[in-house]
Amino acid sequence: MSKILEIKNLTKEFKGFTAVKDVSFDVDEGGFFSILGPSGCGKTTLLRMISGFTPQTSGEIYIRGTSMKGIPPEKRPVNIVFQSLALFPMMNVRENVAFGLKRQKLKKSEIDIRVTDMLERVSLQGYEKKKVTELSGGQRQRVAIARSLVMKPSILLLDEPLGALDRKLREHMKIELKLLQKEIGTTFIYITHDQSEALVMSDKVAVMNKGKFEQIDTPVNLYKHPKTAFVAGFVGESNKIEIKGMKGDFIITKNGWKLKKKGLDFNPKVLYIRPEAFILSPTDDLKDITRFNVKIKTVLFDGSNTKVSAIELTSKTEILISLPQNAKFENLKEGDNIEVGINYNNLKCY
Amino acid sequence: MKNTEGFNFTFYLLIVPVLLWLILLIVLPHIDLFISSFQVDSDTGGKIFTFEHYATFFKNKIYWLTFVNTAAYAIGITVLSFIVTFPVAFYLTKVISKKYSGFLTLLLLIPIWVGELVTVYGWMIILGDHGIINEFLMYTGLIDKPIKMLYSNFSMVVGLLYFSMLFMIVPVMSTLESLDDSLIEAASDLGASKWTIFTKIIIPYSMPGITSGGIIVFMLVIGDFVVPDILGGKSSLWFTEQIYNEFLSTFNWGEGAAFGFLLLVISSFIIWIALKLTGQKLERVGS
Repeated sequence: MSKILEIKNLTKEFKGFTAVKDVSFDVDEGGFFSILGPSGCGKTTLLRMISGFTPQTSGEIYIRGTSMKGIPPEKRPVNIVFQSLALFPMMNVRENVAFGLKRQKLKKSEIDIRVTDMLERVSLQGYEKKKVTELSGGQRQRVAIARSLVMKPSILLLDEPLGALDRKLREHMKIELKLLQKEIGTTFIYITHDQSEALVMSDKVAVMNKGKFEQIDTPVNLYKHPKTAFVAGFVGESNKIEIKGMKGDFIITKNGWKLKKKGLDFNPKVLYIRPEAFILSPTDDLKDITRFNVKIKTVLFDGSNTKVSAIELTSKTEILISLPQNAKFENLKEGDNIEVGINYNNLKCY
Repeated sequence: MKNTEGFNFTFYLLIVPVLLWLILLIVLPHIDLFISSFQVDSDTGGKIFTFEHYATFFKNKIYWLTFVNTAAYAIGITVLSFIVTFPVAFYLTKVISKKYSGFLTLLLLIPIWVGELVTVYGWMIILGDHGIINEFLMYTGLIDKPIKMLYSNFSMVVGLLYFSMLFMIVPVMSTLESLDDSLIEAASDLGASKWTIFTKIIIPYSMPGITSGGIIVFMLVIGDFVVPDILGGKSSLWFTEQIYNEFLSTFNWGEGAAFGFLLLVISSFIIWIALKLTGQKLERVGS
C-alpha cells in the first residue's frame, strides 16, 4: 500500500510549551487511521497542522509525496470535519454540500450530480431543501461529512465529530462511519479521546500523550500488547499495581504479592492486569498461574460488560475483575469469597 | 393557584408604570396629534374635518422634495454607517482578544455619555473656519484661506454618521460574537477565498444584526433635528425642520401634525420596502 501522508519530525511550540514534539508517522492510502489521546495531548494541534490552519514550528508534512510547506488550507487536498461541525446555518442542506464545489467554479450540472450522489451515499436524499438547524444530531453529522467528502479529498480529517452526540447515536454512527469509509475508500484520519471509537473504527491507532506518539498499532495489538505503561493504562481498563522488585522468576509487588513471571529482561516498575485476565475459580490442574482469594465488594452490573470490585484477602488490595455472563457466576454477590487466578502471560510489566 | 395569583399581582404592579408611561406620554399625544392633523379652525372658532394638511404636502414641491432629500440622506448615512462600522465590529469581536475588546467597546460608548448636543459643538470646533482642521492646514501652508466645511451637507453627514454609528455597531457586534470561528475555517477549508468568506458567510450570518442596526440608524437619522439644524446650517433641507417650522414659526399645528404622521408612515414604508428587497423578515431581525 502506498503512503498517502508522511509526517516527519513535526513539532509545534506555543508560547511556553510544546504541543507536538517531534512526531513522525505514515498513513496508508485508503486506511482508517485514528489518533487517540487524552484532552490536551496535542492531537487537535496535529490535525490543524495537517489541514494548514496552524503552521508548524519545524518538521515536514507530505501528502502524496508533495510537501505542504506554505500551502494554505484552501489549497490543500484535505478536508476537515470540525468538532462543532461548523455547518453554515443560513444555508440549506444542498447549499452546504455544494459550497465547496461552487468555489471550484464547476459547471452547475456537475455540481448537481455530485451533490445528489453524495447526499444519497449518506442517506440524506429528500433533505436537500431542509435548513441545517432543523436536522437531528445524526443528520447534521452526515451533512458535515458529505460536505467534506464531496470535495474528493485525498484525506478526510475528523476532529472528534461524534463528541456532541448522545451515547446510542454515537454507537450507531461509529459503525456507519466505518462502513462509509470502507465503501468510499477515502483515507480517514480520526481524532478522538474515546478509546472505543478508535478501537472499533480504525485500521490503525496512534496513541498520543503529552505531544508524542506512544504507540502506533492495530487496535488488537494496542489492546493485547501495549508497548508502554501509558498505553496499557489508557487503552481499555486495567488494574495498576506498583512493583517493589524481582526475586528470581517472581515479581514482588509493593502490596506484598508474589507473582510468577518468566523472561523479563529489565527491572519492571509497574504492573497492569486486565479485568478479563482473571480466571474465576481456576481448576487445580491449571499451571503457570498465581492464585488469590478475594472477597466480592460490589457487583458492577453492565450486561455483558459486568465486573466485580473485589478485595484480595491478604493484602486488602482492591481489584477489578470481569464477570463472565454465564450461569456459573450469575449468583455471585457482595460478601462472597472466591478464588481467582492469573496467568503470568497476562501480566504486563513496564 | 395561590402562587399564580401572587405572581399576577406583582406582574401588574410592575407593568403599571410602563403602561402609564406608554399611554400618557406616547399613545394619547399621538391620538391628539392624529386628530388635529385632520382639523382646521373654522371662522366660528370650531373645528372642521379636512384633508387639507396632507394635500399641502403633496401639492407643494418644497415639502415633498425636502422629504425625498431627507430620506435619500438617511439611506445614504445608513449605508455609510454600515461600511464604516463593520470592519471595526469585526476587529473588535474576531481579531483582538476579549480583554481589549471590552475596553475598546466602552470607548465607543463615550459619545453617548456626552450627549448629542455636546458632540455637535465638538464637531463645530473641529470643522469650523477657525477649527482644528483648518488651522492645521493653514499652519502647514497647504491652504491660505479656510475651507468651508461647517454649515454644509458635508458637516451634517459627518455629524449624523458620528452619532448614529454606535447604533449600528452594537447589534452587528452581537451577531458577530455568536459567529463560530470554525465556520470561517470550514469555508476556507472548502476552498473559499477571503472575499467569498466575507460575502457568503460573514455578511449573511450577521444580516439580522445589520438589519436591526440599519432600521435604528435610518429612523434616528430621518427623525433627527439637532444635527441638521446646527451642523447643516441654513442650506440643509431636513424634513424635521419643516415640522419644527409649522409648530413653532407659523403655529400651524395641524400642518405640523400631518407632517409628523407623514414622516412616520413614509419612513416605515421605506423600511418595509428595504426588508422586502433584501428578503429579511422583521421577526428575525436582531435574533
